[in-house]
Amino acid sequence: MTTTLERPQKDQPTSDRPFKQSKRIPAGSVWVVWTLAGLALVTGFVTDLGGAKGFGLAWLIAASIPAMSFAVEGRRKATDRFVTLLVVTAFTVAVIPLVSIISTVFAKGFPVMSSEFFTSSMRNVVGEGGGINHAIVGTLIITGLATIISVPIGLFAAIYLVEYSEDSRTAHGLRFLVDVMTGIPSIVAGLFAYALFVLFFGEGVRMGLGGAVALSVLMIPVVIRSSEEMLKLVPNELREASWALGVPRWRTILKVVLPTALAGIVTGVTLAIARVIGETAPLLIIAGITDSVNTNPLEGRMATLPVFAYSAMMNPGVPPEPSIARAWGAALTLLIIVMALNLIARLISAFFSPSKGR
Amino acid sequence: MAHQIEVSNLNIYYGDFLAVEDVNITIEARSVTAFIGPSGCGKSTFLRSLNRMHEEIKGARVEGKVMSNGHNLYDSAMDPVDVRRQIGMVFQRPNPFPTMSIEQNVLAGPRLNNKRLKKSVADDLVEQSLTRSGLWNEVKDRLNKPGSGLSGGQQQRLCIARAIAVEPDVLLMDEPCSALDPISTSVIEDLIHQLKDDYTIAIVTHNMQQAARVSDNTAFFNLDGVGKPGRLIEHGPTEILFSTPSNPATEAYIQGRFG
Ligand SMILES: Nc1ncnc2c1ncn2[C@@H]1O[C@H](COP(=O)(O)OP(=O)(O)OP(=O)(O)O)[C@@H](O)[C@H]1O
Ligand SMILES: [Mg+2]
Repeated sequence: MTTTLERPQKDQPTSDRPFKQSKRIPAGSVWVVWTLAGLALVTGFVTDLGGAKGFGLAWLIAASIPAMSFAVEGRRKATDRFVTLLVVTAFTVAVIPLVSIISTVFAKGFPVMSSEFFTSSMRNVVGEGGGINHAIVGTLIITGLATIISVPIGLFAAIYLVEYSEDSRTAHGLRFLVDVMTGIPSIVAGLFAYALFVLFFGEGVRMGLGGAVALSVLMIPVVIRSSEEMLKLVPNELREASWALGVPRWRTILKVVLPTALAGIVTGVTLAIARVIGETAPLLIIAGITDSVNTNPLEGRMATLPVFAYSAMMNPGVPPEPSIARAWGAALTLLIIVMALNLIARLISAFFSPSKGR
Repeated sequence: MAHQIEVSNLNIYYGDFLAVEDVNITIEARSVTAFIGPSGCGKSTFLRSLNRMHEEIKGARVEGKVMSNGHNLYDSAMDPVDVRRQIGMVFQRPNPFPTMSIEQNVLAGPRLNNKRLKKSVADDLVEQSLTRSGLWNEVKDRLNKPGSGLSGGQQQRLCIARAIAVEPDVLLMDEPCSALDPISTSVIEDLIHQLKDDYTIAIVTHNMQQAARVSDNTAFFNLDGVGKPGRLIEHGPTEILFSTPSNPATEAYIQGRFG
């Protein structure tokens, strides 16, 4: 140990490696360009210039930022600005379909919305009037039942996988099956539910509960996977802390692990609901469609929003316009329910998440 | 109520890896035993095997006997949950429950075991445990705030309060002061002094002065090389071990001339 580290002395000049002061484009002008590009994009979509041309124009305008930057700020900054432009472009491309869907559904669905639309069914309605009350009720009942079936099964399976299986062969097999189950086409889930209920009730069975079973087949793997990920995120130290206090395993899971993971689990479940609430094919097979309110999931056909929208579009009757308008109204209602679910998921996860504050 | 712990021929494994080999030691009741030794020699592993926390790691197992109060803790009839109720533990890294407030963290032992406590009894227990761990004055105005909002050292003292609130017979502490400032450290050392009137205490520490200050007996662990199992080199009354160690490795370690 003979080498001594040279430390700069206080009185030595420190200016031989000054920080580089580089020129910068004023932030204000960058924002002006971004705003112009945004305006060009919107103009393209709103006027008859056309979306594609608007997009191209916007991109040309925005591309002036890296160009200016290269001239003024130098290469590294210009690259940074160019990559920013690419990221913003990708984001815009991803958002355009979303905005387009939402605005179209709102534009076409909003006009039919009225209190009558939500409170009455299609019973004895020909032409104008009528509503989707029966479909809303059906959707709520069927998805509600599907949730009641899927959440316990999914959550318990996830608890088994994370807390008890110790990565055994059974666990690997189970995970594989869950992955396979995630890929089941929804029509197959519907056919499965139909075949199952035919065993008990005979050919041609139509039943809300059958729809719930079909949706559960689609929901369970999603719930298992998301809950499993959330339970895995709970640090093992918390479990050990609890065990060291002489708390049995099951109580540790109930009182320590689940509360810690609750926010994530609830979010996962809500997203799983949002995922299946728009399913059409399986419900078309097993729950069918009807014009009147049916609150009994054990008896007869039950209308749901997606199936209602489908059949109102496909068999609009004469004249077709009122029926098609109602289909858009049902689609908008479904969209609003899904958005509300997402919002609720966020609120719940904010409410339940372990607080970090002082 | 405090019992001594007699360990005989204990081998501790992680899967096929023998981490600690053939430990024979008696940890005396109503006294403090310090475990010292270089990093990775198996002090934490040994400590965790004393309340059967070791087996919670996948593939981990032990061979040998750990006797306490006339029972072999590793007897097949023994319930690890009961063992842990009698033998409490403070971990090397603080781990308060993030979903619980400071107060709930202290009461976690009784509450998670579904014991009903009267409000006044619970309040007393919280104040008493936090006072003993030297945290009361810092948190008495924010008992309802989350325990994870405390500083690292405060969290560690919260975990100590949580461990003593269940009043175990034996308390195992794995470097309880490694994240603490000198003032909190001396509070914890005072606590250990107090507790040893009633409890059996085993403490892992890297701080020789601390081992000398708090412990009645000291056990020195060492390992021959990387991948070799850790072994108990020698143990005995702290003054003797520190003044006249019988093994040159112990002397070298204690005097800081190591390796
Ligand atoms: N979970 C584990 N799985 C496998 N091996 C482990 C595990 N934990 C510890 N070990 C190994 O066991 C040996 C002893 O580790 P241990 O944590 O008991 O050391 P220690 O004496 O407490 O060290 P330190 O003073 O750094 O805390 C080390 O070789 C370590 O790599
Ligand atoms: Mg350790």
